Amino acid sequence: MGTAAKAERSGGAVRIHIALIGCNHRTAPVEFRERVSFTPEQAVHAAGELRERGILEEAVVLSTCNRSELYGVPGETGPAAAEAMEMFFTSFHQIPRAELDGRLYRWMGADAVRHLFRVAAGIDSMMLGEAEILGQLRTAYNQALDHGSTGPVLNRMFQGALEVGKRVRAETEVGARPMSVALAGVKLAERVFGNLKGHSALIVGAGAVAEQVVEHLRNRGIGSVRVVNRSYEHAAELARKMGGEAVAWESLESVVGVPDILVTSVGGTGPVLTREMLERAIAARTGRPVFVVDLGVPRNVSADAAGLYNLYLYNIDDLGEIVEQNKKSREAEIPRAEALISEHLSKFEAWRAAIEAGSIVDDLRDRFHQHRESLIREKLAEMKDVSPGERERIAHITEELIERVLEHPTQKMRQGGRMRGHLAGLDALRHLFGLDEEKD
Amino acid sequence: MWVSLGELKPYMTYHLGYWSLALYIASFICYARILYVPHLWLGRAASLLLAGGILLQYFALLERSRWTHSVPYNDLYGSMSLFAWLLGITYLGLEIFHRQRSVGAFVTLLLVIWIALLHLLAPPGLPPQPSERGPLFAFHVTLNTWAYAAFALSFVLSVIYLVQDRVLRSRRLGTPFWRFPALDVLDRMARSSVYVGLGALIMGVVMGLIWKHRLSGGYSWGDPKVVVTLAILVVYAAYLWLSRSAAWRGARAALLCALNFVIVLFSYTFVNLYFTKFHRFF
Repeated sequence: MGTAAKAERSGGAVRIHIALIGCNHRTAPVEFRERVSFTPEQAVHAAGELRERGILEEAVVLSTCNRSELYGVPGETGPAAAEAMEMFFTSFHQIPRAELDGRLYRWMGADAVRHLFRVAAGIDSMMLGEAEILGQLRTAYNQALDHGSTGPVLNRMFQGALEVGKRVRAETEVGARPMSVALAGVKLAERVFGNLKGHSALIVGAGAVAEQVVEHLRNRGIGSVRVVNRSYEHAAELARKMGGEAVAWESLESVVGVPDILVTSVGGTGPVLTREMLERAIAARTGRPVFVVDLGVPRNVSADAAGLYNLYLYNIDDLGEIVEQNKKSREAEIPRAEALISEHLSKFEAWRAAIEAGSIVDDLRDRFHQHRESLIREKLAEMKDVSPGERERIAHITEELIERVLEHPTQKMRQGGRMRGHLAGLDALRHLFGLDEEKD
Repeated sequence: MWVSLGELKPYMTYHLGYWSLALYIASFICYARILYVPHLWLGRAASLLLAGGILLQYFALLERSRWTHSVPYNDLYGSMSLFAWLLGITYLGLEIFHRQRSVGAFVTLLLVIWIALLHLLAPPGLPPQPSERGPLFAFHVTLNTWAYAAFALSFVLSVIYLVQDRVLRSRRLGTPFWRFPALDVLDRMARSSVYVGLGALIMGVVMGLIWKHRLSGGYSWGDPKVVVTLAILVVYAAYLWLSRSAAWRGARAALLCALNFVIVLFSYTFVNLYFTKFHRFF
């Protein structure tokens, strides 16, 4: 055990305490979250200060657009530590204490660990199962690690959280299906073309969602992107931003047969792409499939084009419905994600129990040796006819007796996996042998 | 108690056959699981289990071949077992080539049903030893069976393509949909499979013709099996050509590929059992 846990010895026994305070999108509005967010530099500074002031022995600050949280291993136990953390939180952000009421949550011990694991799994996120939080959590932890703010407890806890996050995404559907209209469109295109590398896209119009689609396409290594807009300047601007090529509106018909993916997002009335235009486009592509995402309202693509052979057409409502289906599907996966979280929490608690159990055996041994020494001193003083050799043998036998008595519990207690769920029992043991009393 | 060699060999053959079936079932479970829950190691386990099943089935076939001194073609058990084994090998090859595991569940399910059926239908004991026909004939039978197995695989892939296409157009996308391979990948896998099948069939037919010519100095062009086999060559070649054309590319080509397999089934069952005298082995 490192310095942190050693420093937590109270009443002779190692006790690992973990505390968390914070707020997220559920407990606080965005105006408040903005005021209590930490920049990366502030997060490092805050973690350092929490340790310097003796409030925490280990600290990690996690701050994203949806949450600001302080994780720590406090020297003090229970609400007192959380109280000190709250005081620090308000003073750091210069916020009146009254403003925190109902907005800040506190979790201690296993509850704090479970909360962190849920955050890593994306279950506590605004968009269920989002992937970004895992990267943000990794960055926050690495930053704290680099600046020496973490110790054995938070290292174990955050490494466990990163593992949970990865497993939940790999083994459940929580993060699998697209949750935005833009991503749904791109994922569907992948269902037709497979890998999008080497494929081409044409963006007709320059709406915000179309921009998101292009971004997702770019992230997937799309070969080339062309942008057509009524305003050539807007087309050129978006093309420049996305590393594509701007095309004049008048050339729309001549370029519509080139790309594999068509994204339309044009305001105004009437369809921009008619069935006949698309029919000619498919013929120009020698029948190769075309994937069309129509984000326009009213629709930019004639409804009767949906029946064209090798044309896959999705409008904004279709994509919205798919996103809704996916949302329900992700929610249905929560119990499986929670089961994985519980599994990792049990592992963490077993580790915690093993550390704490190990310290009890050491304390018991110390206590028995104290009794043995005083007893031998007292009794041998009465036994005048015992030779020095016999005294030494008695001392040796009593020492061996203690070791034999403690051999079995030592083995049992050092087996962390078997100590799961026995934390209350350990407390009782401490109490039984008076190990929870203050040492003189 | 002493067991004679004649008693031991069927035991070995069936015992290994059951073990390979067990591995195919385990492989199917893993493949089916990764359709719902993606897992790299589970996917690898599925492929390894399939490879294990293929290896055990190879030893079962080898044992049978040693007894009959021939490729196992002259009884239903041997023939069906050889077909399943070649189907497994062809799929595994395509899986590695296209780096795609998501159709494994369908192929292994077909394997499981096929092998379970052959265990149910197969008569106990070993088949009678056929007359010696030489290695050229053995290659002819093996290559033709391989072609049928590859066409069966292209049928499975084409059916998945058609289902996937229908789902994409219906916009009701269930969980496995997001795990299925893309239409383009299915198309390429089906075409690869047909290429393998056509290659094997052409070589098999050529070897059969050479063997027949050596035996009798002539060819059996009028044999229904030869006629149907040539028809199979034509329809699959037509598929490969049409699947690149503007009017047929995509779902229509997949439908054609699936329908072509009906002729293969006809050739493998009805033609073998009722029409041909020359190619009837059991």
